[in-house]
Amino acid sequence: MTDTPSTRTAQPGGPVSTGAPVVAMRGISMEFPGVKALQDVDFRLFPGEVHALMGENGAGKSTLIKVLTGVYTATAGTTQLQGGQVAFSGPAEAQAAGVSTVYQEVNLCPNLSVAENILLGREPRRFGSIDMAATRTRAEELLGRMGLTIDPGSILAEHPIAIQQLVAIARAVAVDAQVLILDEPTSSLDQDEVAELFRIMRHLRDEGVAILFVSHFLEQVYEIADRMTVLRNGRLVGEHLTKDLSRLQLVSAMIGRELGVLEEVERLAADASDEAGGTPVLEATGLGRRGSIAPFDLRIGAGEVVGLAGLLGSGRTELARLLFGADRADSGVVRVAGREVHLRTPRSAISAGIAFCSEDRKGEGILGDLSIRDNLVLAMQAARGWARPIPKRTKDELVEKWMTALDIRPNNPDALVGKLSGGNQQKVLLARWLVTQPKLLILDEPTRGIDIGAKAQIQKLVTELAAEGMAVVYISAELEEVARLAHRVVVLKDRSKVAELDGSASVDDIMHLIATSDSEQVAS
Amino acid sequence: MTTTTPTKRTVPALSRLPGIPGRVLPVIATFVLFVLLFGAGSVRYEGFTSGQVFANLFIDNAFLIVLAVGMTFVILTGGIDLSVGAVVALSTMVAAAALRAGLPAPVVILLVLAIGTGLGVLMGLVIHHFELQPFIVTLAGMFMARGLCFVIGVESISIKDPFFRALATGTIELPGGVVITWSVVIALAIVAAAVWVLHRTRFGRTIYAIGGSESSATLMGLPVGRVKVAAYAISGLCAAVAGLLFSVYMLSGYGLHAVGMELDAIASVVIGGTLLSGGVGYVLGSLLGVLVLGVIQTLISFQGTLSSWWTKIAIGTLLLLFIVMQRLFMRRTP
Amino acid sequence: MSTVQTAGAAGVLERVRGSRLLWPLVALVALIAANAARNPGFLSIRLQDGHLYGSLVDILKNGAPTLLIALGMTLVIATRGIDLSVGAVAAIAGAVTCTTIVGSSDPTSPAAALTGIGLALALCLVLGLWNGFLVSLLGIQPIIATLVLMTAGRGIAMLITDGQIITVRNDFYREIGAGFLLFPISILIALAALVAVALVTRRTALGLLIESVGINPEASRLAGLRSRTIIWTVYVFAALCAGVAGLMISSNVSAADANSAGLWIEMDAILAVVIGGSSLAGGKYSLSGTLVGALIIQTLTTTVYSMGIAPEVTLVFKALVVIAVCLLQAPKVRERFRRRRRSQDPTSPSSPSTSGSLAPEEDSPAPTAHEPAGDAASDSKQKVAQS
Ligand SMILES: Nc1ncnc2c1ncn2[C@@H]1O[C@H](COP(=O)(O)OP(=O)(O)OP(=O)(O)O)[C@@H](O)[C@H]1O
Ligand SMILES: [Mg+2]
Repeated sequence: MTDTPSTRTAQPGGPVSTGAPVVAMRGISMEFPGVKALQDVDFRLFPGEVHALMGENGAGKSTLIKVLTGVYTATAGTTQLQGGQVAFSGPAEAQAAGVSTVYQEVNLCPNLSVAENILLGREPRRFGSIDMAATRTRAEELLGRMGLTIDPGSILAEHPIAIQQLVAIARAVAVDAQVLILDEPTSSLDQDEVAELFRIMRHLRDEGVAILFVSHFLEQVYEIADRMTVLRNGRLVGEHLTKDLSRLQLVSAMIGRELGVLEEVERLAADASDEAGGTPVLEATGLGRRGSIAPFDLRIGAGEVVGLAGLLGSGRTELARLLFGADRADSGVVRVAGREVHLRTPRSAISAGIAFCSEDRKGEGILGDLSIRDNLVLAMQAARGWARPIPKRTKDELVEKWMTALDIRPNNPDALVGKLSGGNQQKVLLARWLVTQPKLLILDEPTRGIDIGAKAQIQKLVTELAAEGMAVVYISAELEEVARLAHRVVVLKDRSKVAELDGSASVDDIMHLIATSDSEQVAS
Repeated sequence: MTTTTPTKRTVPALSRLPGIPGRVLPVIATFVLFVLLFGAGSVRYEGFTSGQVFANLFIDNAFLIVLAVGMTFVILTGGIDLSVGAVVALSTMVAAAALRAGLPAPVVILLVLAIGTGLGVLMGLVIHHFELQPFIVTLAGMFMARGLCFVIGVESISIKDPFFRALATGTIELPGGVVITWSVVIALAIVAAAVWVLHRTRFGRTIYAIGGSESSATLMGLPVGRVKVAAYAISGLCAAVAGLLFSVYMLSGYGLHAVGMELDAIASVVIGGTLLSGGVGYVLGSLLGVLVLGVIQTLISFQGTLSSWWTKIAIGTLLLLFIVMQRLFMRRTP
Repeated sequence: MSTVQTAGAAGVLERVRGSRLLWPLVALVALIAANAARNPGFLSIRLQDGHLYGSLVDILKNGAPTLLIALGMTLVIATRGIDLSVGAVAAIAGAVTCTTIVGSSDPTSPAAALTGIGLALALCLVLGLWNGFLVSLLGIQPIIATLVLMTAGRGIAMLITDGQIITVRNDFYREIGAGFLLFPISILIALAALVAVALVTRRTALGLLIESVGINPEASRLAGLRSRTIIWTVYVFAALCAGVAGLMISSNVSAADANSAGLWIEMDAILAVVIGGSSLAGGKYSLSGTLVGALIIQTLTTTVYSMGIAPEVTLVFKALVVIAVCLLQAPKVRERFRRRRRSQDPTSPSSPSTSGSLAPEEDSPAPTAHEPAGDAASDSKQKVAQS
């Protein structure tokens, strides 16, 4: 079969994508029991281009990638690599054929060292023995390329998710691949890290590598991508050159309608910020934990959104975990609504009206083998105790309400959460806590990996909840998001609180603060 | 059911002592406690502190050491092998029967090794390709191996082969008058080989990777299937070797040999600090684990006059003491 | 109306087909059928003096202890644990009861039996608390934590009986394991326990909580579950089940044999749970599966005797049946079956073979079904281009 560009909406053009595609997928369909994840999708990838695969959560992006790399066997359709028909039986074969992939969830071995995770399966050897010194040097070199200076001998699990993500990327770019696939590699990265990654991607592209890139950050896509393919509900919507498609067009292609919510969020946030202040829902004095975060004071009023900003490893998550009793504080006092509480366990925090969405969705959030319904009611059920099951009627109503409110797909409460797309898992997690009607909601990276429509939805929800009087702690690596939503921003640096800014603070202010305290540190 | 939702491994959050990586702590704990246990024996009983008592730990447990090495491979992948005790029995039975039938010793040895490895491969293939749970498949393997013993014969068969007899009686004298057997040499050689394989080959690192996260290992493009099957093959091979050592030790083949020995092997591995969930542990830890069990046995034999039930209770109590102390030791280190 | 009915019937059929219990059930029926073919009297059940007699009844009676222990084991396994000590606990329960009865002032009185039973169960409770303490509070791996009691427990039982087999003559006590209320009392007890557990775990939220602890303990903790308490509780329950099972075993023969009572019953119980479709990795469990699993194990044992299979090959036979049942019920195997059926069906699109790797020369013809679908897709692309 020959390529038939006449049916395409966008012709290959410009400096990139001359010649034949490296990857050409035709008529790909993929069915899971009860879900048609992909229906007759065509996709092609040219050498020397960065190609963004766009679509909402659950659109089928990751599935298409997994079909390409042989993780799944498509129900129908064909894949060609360099013009030759391929059907990989698994990632190992795909890798051997020059397709290097970073999958969406960090897929590394937490028990092994960073160096091993990068080089596993291709360690330098001498006389049949792995050459440890060479492995280490090689790993250091690859990490250096990513701008990372961590110890290659350290165990992967000791590092935060963002570092793990970078390690996964380092592994993928360590080989001379002709195709590099990056499924949401930037979801937990800082600006600087993203910049570093893009530098590498551009470099590889210029060397002729074909790069497939998935991200929900439109700015990133417009910055790096030459071309994009848009999926919606498992169907192909179109293929376009980036320069031919405005953001608005892209968004409406992705969600199939105009996006009105975004502007609404801006307005709501502005409204809500006027109501800031009031009785403190939570007041922490001198709260801290050795080796985790230095003692800090924090006051959160009803209806207030407090943002936590800081670089990776600055202690954002650690602070949140103390407030939730997930880790036990070894100093300080917490008062909820004026009364002192002892947050020994999450359970005690929950009964004090605190809720916490962990950033580690897979490890600390969802229960993959349970249905959406069970996941949704779990926290509420746990709080009621086992002997008082939630009546079926109430349960159905709650599930129905929140599944609709957050637009969780597939719209089937019996679907197993482990099989949902990443974004939808996040929504289920959020809904689990909203069901309990907490007084204080702690959200750690709630919009990571979430598509822009849903992101806007969640941001809107946060402002609405705040307007109704809920106190919210909002953690995000995206400073814009924090600056936009928060009435107050707490800046963290090196595991201690360094400043508190009011709602008028801009991204630049926060950045400046992080930077200056940095230089202070260096100076001292 | 379990394969599609990899949950995050809870690698014990051990911080480090200066210079010691957190994950060797359990091995060190085992070592320290082993020394304490041995010391306690020395204080309590006369003649406990001789080099020969120590050497006897190896002599009497050579087969268990080999078994524990094989088990370590399997447990590191996150699996388990319950068949090993039965494979030991089968090996003794096959060896005894074949020798009685007049086959030359080298052929018998090869035959036994082939049977053990073959069973391991078979179980590994079933586990990997049909995604059945290792516990069940190897439990069935255990029934199968024991059953085959009885198919060969229900009586104990003694071994008269000169080579086996020579191995059984042959000793090596170490400086200091301490005597060990060839079994000990074989067992320690296997330990050394296993350490090398696990730490210095891609195959070995893949074993760890699979234990860390099988789905990740697959997505990383590692040959998960082959390595997993190989782990069970190694366990089968080790069980066969252990069976040969055991036939040398007992100079007989019997279907009721080594009943429950799989649990001893698993206990040794776990005592040595290996996590049953896979991905974390060391062969040397397993060796220490065997020695701990050995010391417990030795303590009891030195005590002498225990009835069989007090022996059981004592073993249980010492085991308990040990794991609780190990646990507390690891908790306290900040 | 008839169409509705057929649709309903088809639905049930579909459900049965999709159920993981199907193949274990088939295996059970096949085993029974094989027995019946060999020995026509196998299926017959007689009523005599208000008792039911027959091989099937024997299976129920002898399977009761395994079922009960498997019941406790199901919940332990659902929390990602395992309990190897149940056999030893069963032996202890029998030993305590029998020695108490023998040592009482009137060894034939119900009061003596009740005292013994009470003491035995109280001790089992303590043993369960002990296991739970090691696992949930000290965080010791379940297999090794319960191995302690597995080893020491038999010693304790022998200590209690002084290494003797203790026989008792107590009609009240005999009833538990050997008595009949039309059906064997032992199976009635076991089934009652099963139903009670089913009601308690499925009508309340306990089942959900147990499953979530088994699936991911840390995520469950962060959702506010009392993971520790739940884990602790299931070990206590398992020990109690084992205790009652031990009473049945010893009561059936009116004796306590510390050495062999309940020997290897933990393996049978684990087998029953797994054959019933629960995963040893924790999470979802199936009580009805455990019931079927326990019946299969017992039928298998009975078959071996009733069909006169040589004792030498008993274990081989058992191994083969276990593997066969597990294979039939494995999702992976069933998926392959489905695939094969589908690929034989000419109307459905065939999936690309998974075997081939790079095959550049091969010019595989696209399935004809693709062309029209491809047009539709390009249509939709055209539409977007206009927007
Ligand atoms: N293994 C699976 N079993 C069943 N359904 C699945 C499986 N994997 C994916 N799905 C379903 O397929 C659809 C597409 O999922 P996919 O992960 O490809 O989405 P995505 O576009 O990558 O979304 P996101 O942006 O959230 O990552 C979803 O409806 C999802 O629920
Ligand atoms: Mg995805």
